[in-house]
Amino acid sequence: MNQYSVIKGVGYTLAITPDMVLHNGTTQTVERERNNESEYLKNITSHIRSYEDAVNYIPNQIYIGNEKPELLDEMEFPWYDKKFDGSEKGKFGDIIPEDEFYGLLQICDVFELVKLEEKFSCEVKAKMEKSILGEERASVLDKNGGTSVENLEELVKEEAAAPLYFEGKLVGAIKRAHEIDVNLSAHVMTENLVAKASSVLSILYMLKNNSIEPAEIEYVIDCCEEACGDMNQRGGGNFAKAAAETAGLKNATGSDTRGFCAAPAHAIVQAASLVRAGTYKSVIVTGGGCSAKLGMNGKDHVKKNIPILEDAIAGFAVLITENDGVSPIIRNDVVGRHTVGTGSSPQDVLTSLVTSPLESVGLTLKDVDKYAPELQNSDITKPAGAGDVAAANYKMIAALGVKKGQLDRKDINDFVIQHGMKGWAPTQGHIPSGVPYLGFAREDLMAGKIKRIMIIGKGSLFLGRLTNLFDGISFLIESNPGIEEKKETYNETEIKEIIANAMLKLANEILSE
Amino acid sequence: MALLDGKKAIIIGDRDGIPGIAIEECARSAGAEVVFSSTECFV
Repeated sequence: MNQYSVIKGVGYTLAITPDMVLHNGTTQTVERERNNESEYLKNITSHIRSYEDAVNYIPNQIYIGNEKPELLDEMEFPWYDKKFDGSEKGKFGDIIPEDEFYGLLQICDVFELVKLEEKFSCEVKAKMEKSILGEERASVLDKNGGTSVENLEELVKEEAAAPLYFEGKLVGAIKRAHEIDVNLSAHVMTENLVAKASSVLSILYMLKNNSIEPAEIEYVIDCCEEACGDMNQRGGGNFAKAAAETAGLKNATGSDTRGFCAAPAHAIVQAASLVRAGTYKSVIVTGGGCSAKLGMNGKDHVKKNIPILEDAIAGFAVLITENDGVSPIIRNDVVGRHTVGTGSSPQDVLTSLVTSPLESVGLTLKDVDKYAPELQNSDITKPAGAGDVAAANYKMIAALGVKKGQLDRKDINDFVIQHGMKGWAPTQGHIPSGVPYLGFAREDLMAGKIKRIMIIGKGSLFLGRLTNLFDGISFLIESNPGIEEKKETYNETEIKEIIANAMLKLANEILSE
Repeated sequence: MALLDGKKAIIIGDRDGIPGIAIEECARSAGAEVVFSSTECFV
């Protein structure tokens, strides 16, 4: 079978976790370690948004599919102070509050590490029974009977458990999974359970919103930025299969792909290739969110007297299947790669990721309707001095177009507007890396509004201190031209030969009897 | 005489802008002595 694989469905979810900003975001935990009395720590609480404000935040409404990215073109910047009437129910997935997210952490915990206070647990369970998680999964919370705040305090104080707060009160704790092994410490277990839980949530919404049976899924690729394992195999994995188990994907196995922010693009190329090769019929690519990055730019946000906008744990799931003749196709034969020898200048980088793959199939920059590089929400990055990351990428692509003679210098701004978009994704590392656009791209490609898009993932490998290199990978997605009919051709001589051989075999069998 | 002759350079590059390695090349070719160079990810 030589058909391209397709984007069959997407799921995007957010968990609004204001207390985790204070207690799990590394900007805050490091500050507490260094200067517990700092002005920043004294002021940060007054900059935390309410759940309602986070739900009604326009970039969050776009993330879950209730509004289109184009809305940001019409909105006056900044966006955080604009009133908007949103919903926690999204077309691509929901936004959930922190208490339900803690319940989900316990549902995802199979080693009895998560403890929740009894009354809190009962209230959360009642909410979760009515949610997508359902009664059976929510019944996991029954195990909290008898757990008091005193029990939790003791776990935190005596056994190095990680505290879970809700509205400023201690409501839970995550125990360490080993007394000595730092890879199984309460801190690491919390981060890993957060990644697993947000991945599970996105998978469940993707299945529900696209009417996909869990049993249909054969393989899962996780591409988050965490590592799970113990002291003898620190990054052994496997988030993918762990999430698949909780999501009820009984016929699936899976594996983890890592590559910092570029990992989702790598994972989608892998999934598309596995499906096209016929190895699996349906593969989910998923990535859960990162609690360490909560409030990452908080110091600048507080200094500029704006709310802490990095208060959401994001997740996504993308289903890639065999060609259905309708869904957009993934051109896994048109892939841009930043190789070891590519070089590090922006010109080299974008040549390898954008123009080289296009030129390989005779296309120019203008033949791609939309580019989806890093789609970080600039409401978050601009006040922090990191600028508008998406716009910077578009300007560099356009500049390369000018250099290549494909674009006139005076058309750079028009190119950026026509072929780009404003970013809306939370700064959760791998989450903004092109993939938040897949849901809208799928819709617009299927509606014939656009014909071709390019996803560009970039990863900061140097953060791992094993190489100074960074990484990048890109690929095209196009509207589906329909399944090519396979023309059966028959050769009369071959057929005669087959029949003759069969008759000969039959005759020999009769004679031998 | 090159533009940065006799100067020492501390370089902080940006993953989504100009990486440290690329600035390093430019600074060296302009005569600077690179005493520190790093690329950072600001997102």
